Amino acid sequence: MARVTINNMNVEVFKDSTILDAAREVDIYIPTLCHLDLESFNIEHRTGSCRVCMVEVEQNGKSRMMPACCTPVQEGMIIRTNTPDVIQTRRIVLELLLSDHPFDCLVCSKSLDCELQALAKQFGIEHLTYEGEMSKYPPDLSSRAIYRNLDKCIMCRRCETACSDIQTVKVLTGYKRGFMAVVAPAEMKPLADTNCVFCGQCVNVCPTGALTEINYIKKVWQAINDPKKKVIVQTAPAIRAAIGEEFGLNGEESVTGKMVAGLRRLGFDLVFDTNFGADLTIVEEANELVDRLKKKENLPILTSCCPGWVNFLEYQFSDLLHIPSSCKSPHQMLGAVAKTYYADKIGIKPEDLIVVSIMPCLAKKYESARPEFSRNGVPDVDYVLTTRELAKMFKEAGINIAKLKEEDFDNPLGESTGAADIFGVSGGVLEAALRTAYEIVTKKELKNVNFTEVRGLEGIKEATIDFDGIELKVAITSGLGNAKKILEKIRDGSSYYHAIEIMACPGGCINGGGQPYIHGDTSVLEKRMRRIYSEDEKKTLRKSHENPYIQKLYKEFLGEPGSHKAHEILHTHYYKKQEK
Amino acid sequence: MVKQVRIALRNCGRINPESIEDYINVRGYEALVSCLFEKKPEDVIKIVTDSGLRGRGGGGFPTGLKWQAAAKENSDEKFVICNADEGDPGAFMDRAVLEGDPFSVLEAMAIAGYSIGSNKGIIYIRAEYPLAIERLKTAIEKATEYGFLGKNILGSNFSFDIELKYGAGAFVCGEETALIKSIEGKRGEPVVKPPYPAQKGLWGKPTIVNNVETFANICPIILNGAEWFRKIGTQKSPGTKVFALAGKINKVGLIEIPMGTTLREVIYDIGGGIKNNKEFKAVQTGGPSGGCITKENLDTPIDYDNLLAIGSMMGSGGMIVMDEDDCMVNFAKFFLEFTIDESCGKCTPCRVGNKRLHELLQEITSGKADEKIIPKIEMLCNTIKKASLCGLGQTSPNPVLSTLKYFRNEYEEHIKDKKCRSRVCKALLRYQIIPEKCNGCTRCARNCPVQCISGKPKEVHVINQDECIKCGVCYTNCKFDAIIVS
Repeated sequence: MARVTINNMNVEVFKDSTILDAAREVDIYIPTLCHLDLESFNIEHRTGSCRVCMVEVEQNGKSRMMPACCTPVQEGMIIRTNTPDVIQTRRIVLELLLSDHPFDCLVCSKSLDCELQALAKQFGIEHLTYEGEMSKYPPDLSSRAIYRNLDKCIMCRRCETACSDIQTVKVLTGYKRGFMAVVAPAEMKPLADTNCVFCGQCVNVCPTGALTEINYIKKVWQAINDPKKKVIVQTAPAIRAAIGEEFGLNGEESVTGKMVAGLRRLGFDLVFDTNFGADLTIVEEANELVDRLKKKENLPILTSCCPGWVNFLEYQFSDLLHIPSSCKSPHQMLGAVAKTYYADKIGIKPEDLIVVSIMPCLAKKYESARPEFSRNGVPDVDYVLTTRELAKMFKEAGINIAKLKEEDFDNPLGESTGAADIFGVSGGVLEAALRTAYEIVTKKELKNVNFTEVRGLEGIKEATIDFDGIELKVAITSGLGNAKKILEKIRDGSSYYHAIEIMACPGGCINGGGQPYIHGDTSVLEKRMRRIYSEDEKKTLRKSHENPYIQKLYKEFLGEPGSHKAHEILHTHYYKKQEK
Repeated sequence: MVKQVRIALRNCGRINPESIEDYINVRGYEALVSCLFEKKPEDVIKIVTDSGLRGRGGGGFPTGLKWQAAAKENSDEKFVICNADEGDPGAFMDRAVLEGDPFSVLEAMAIAGYSIGSNKGIIYIRAEYPLAIERLKTAIEKATEYGFLGKNILGSNFSFDIELKYGAGAFVCGEETALIKSIEGKRGEPVVKPPYPAQKGLWGKPTIVNNVETFANICPIILNGAEWFRKIGTQKSPGTKVFALAGKINKVGLIEIPMGTTLREVIYDIGGGIKNNKEFKAVQTGGPSGGCITKENLDTPIDYDNLLAIGSMMGSGGMIVMDEDDCMVNFAKFFLEFTIDESCGKCTPCRVGNKRLHELLQEITSGKADEKIIPKIEMLCNTIKKASLCGLGQTSPNPVLSTLKYFRNEYEEHIKDKKCRSRVCKALLRYQIIPEKCNGCTRCARNCPVQCISGKPKEVHVINQDECIKCGVCYTNCKFDAIIVS
């Protein structure tokens, strides 16, 4: 322990604490900008580069300014956080940042979600003492997923930590020096030419509008307003767990019905549920797992519903392309079923049917454009919007979902079991698969469907599941850095797992690159997780294969799980990818 | 006449730098032998600590303390790094040592390794020093061949290897934490201290980073003892310092002088005075991180603390002399341009602050500033100093602050009178034709690139001040001295 004085208050804190930690102990607020503490994941980004958190530190009779976020406390330190000098220094530093930042807040997609803007307001900055040239770079719209506007980069380096340290994708790094320094891919390559997997974790942590999603709202409005098109919308399980936050619904009550009502009011012709696709995925994937277990080949089976992770595999582990499940992701399955089975059922040409997916994810924007996910030039999914974009559409249309009465999804592709709901959180896909696989393998009824040992936000979880005498070893990873550790084990043959769930984003889709911004507060994610599990618990049916509409789909269209037809419509292939 | 005292440069130019025999003849490797066989590591550190040797790279941190800190750490691996990323404009002290006496650095690094318990030395040298690199390679090869490097040096159980790493020319990589990042293959950027490299340095292991000149002092200290070293120089800054004299001085080049020598002795006795008998104006020490020293302080004895006290710093030893023809505002701007180019861009005050500071100076030298600018500059300078992450940023406003301190009147002339007394700031110049001297030869008008001089042949010509671009073509073309600059 170390004893320090902060603004004349005595504080005793652990020796490895920072001044910022110590100040929080006594409820003293120190502004920060580049600092990011993702507590639930044990990840702290503290480069000390923005210099907004400067405090005065007196030690051995000498006094100097130190950054609170990354200076460890030392016995006897006298810390002052609000002297006129400290406040002026912080203020000038912030003004300097603003002097090299475009003043287009009114039309910035990050407005009111921008941490730089919030600080400027908090500091009461109404004019700039220093003004001058601004650093300029052309925007990067090369990918379908991530929009980079480096004029707004403030060199906080959070995206670099997310990309290189957490995700180990290592695309983003410091580019150029001095005044022109920004974070970018090496040689300022367009994102589309790098091995970016589009997980969007960089977007999630960016404090300003330098990294945002590529927005498809306009195109979706056009589709809705096109009388010749029938527009289907589907929403991923993680959307209902987060969209309420955009409308002040921060409690743990379900907003699913309200969201459905809102989607109908937006003008979508049919509101389907990606959960249906999730149930379908489980039926296919559980069968695949059982099949591989029987044949004892291509184990462990890896889940494949996360397109960010699939991209990562294709770039960095292309020698392991044969082990993931060949199942498409749930929204692609639903898109494919909608444009074949359903289109046929209602007698409409697939090209006149538009599928819009609301996803917590940026990689899904990329995924939906993969050429293998289209039939005769008609994509299975036409547009992917994020949770954030959907919230914008609601707001633009004057729809406050908080005020709406609950409504149900449309059938037949709107019915789902609780197993589908939990896809939105790390461990959920595997748990859902276990619920079905158990009954296939043991031919007995699974009484307790809760596999709590696979739940939680930890990056790597392991469990041994008893399948009536057969031991199934499973692992769950979220965050690509954690995935890499497991994949390396598989590569060198030291893995003993039968099945592994991999999600690109830490914590799973509740923390996807398209979710409402959490500004480093990971307790929000824990809330989202609880919402997801309570959706599951509320359902009467909690095993995917019990979904009556899924059973009907097999009977009327697909035949058996794993059938030729099922493969044609619901499965895919992976390709080795190389950076351009 | 002040005598120079050569410690760091003792062998430069006197021995064949490629001959290990030559080096051995001048007591080479005697210090290492005495350390390995007669002294415990802590004894060696004690000698270095007692000698009072301070880091010659600029900071002046006591070398012995640095070694002690690293020796204290428990680790399977430790590193000794020699910082040869000399980057101050006009400075070439380290280069001279490496080219002229490479073995002395290798020997000192091995001694450092023995002292702190490290078996691995790295010399981080800028790639722009090909001859120094060549000589170091040769020296490492020969020292290894003779058993002064490598496994079980001279039969002892101490092993030490040295490897070269090349810098790509970034000035900031001279900062120790940035240097370490660069060796690790990362972007050359400083990181927040603590932890200090002595605790967590290269690859997270205890590391000492010492400058070339610091290492060049080690062997003589071991051989002659701490007391001998303390007798040279001042009490707080024992020993000598190598300086690179440059600028408007008659004899430019490297000098090595005992600490405590005055600037006057350096400039007039050793440097032979100002070129063309012009008047001395100031001398910049410490390179772009330092400040200027004026006539009033010519008799200040040079050491770390005195230079700091008068608003400059020792730095690595650059000394640029200025005369009456130098404009101090422009001079401060010049150094700031260097800093802006060399800032890594990591922290806000250095990245944006120095850019804004440069723009403010630009306003002054182009005649667009008003009186409010000086407090604005001072406030910005103070913020950059206090809030920057590393030494580069923390010292970058020094040239501005010290010129503001000593030559405030020049700033004010630029701002209020729109005048540059040294006639350096082009935008403030005014070319005028003296009617009495002009005989209407038309030469100026014919040569003016913007045709802003009017007048009929054999009549007095006039320069249109609004259109004049101050290029000076008329001035150089006039054969009758009819054009004046003010």
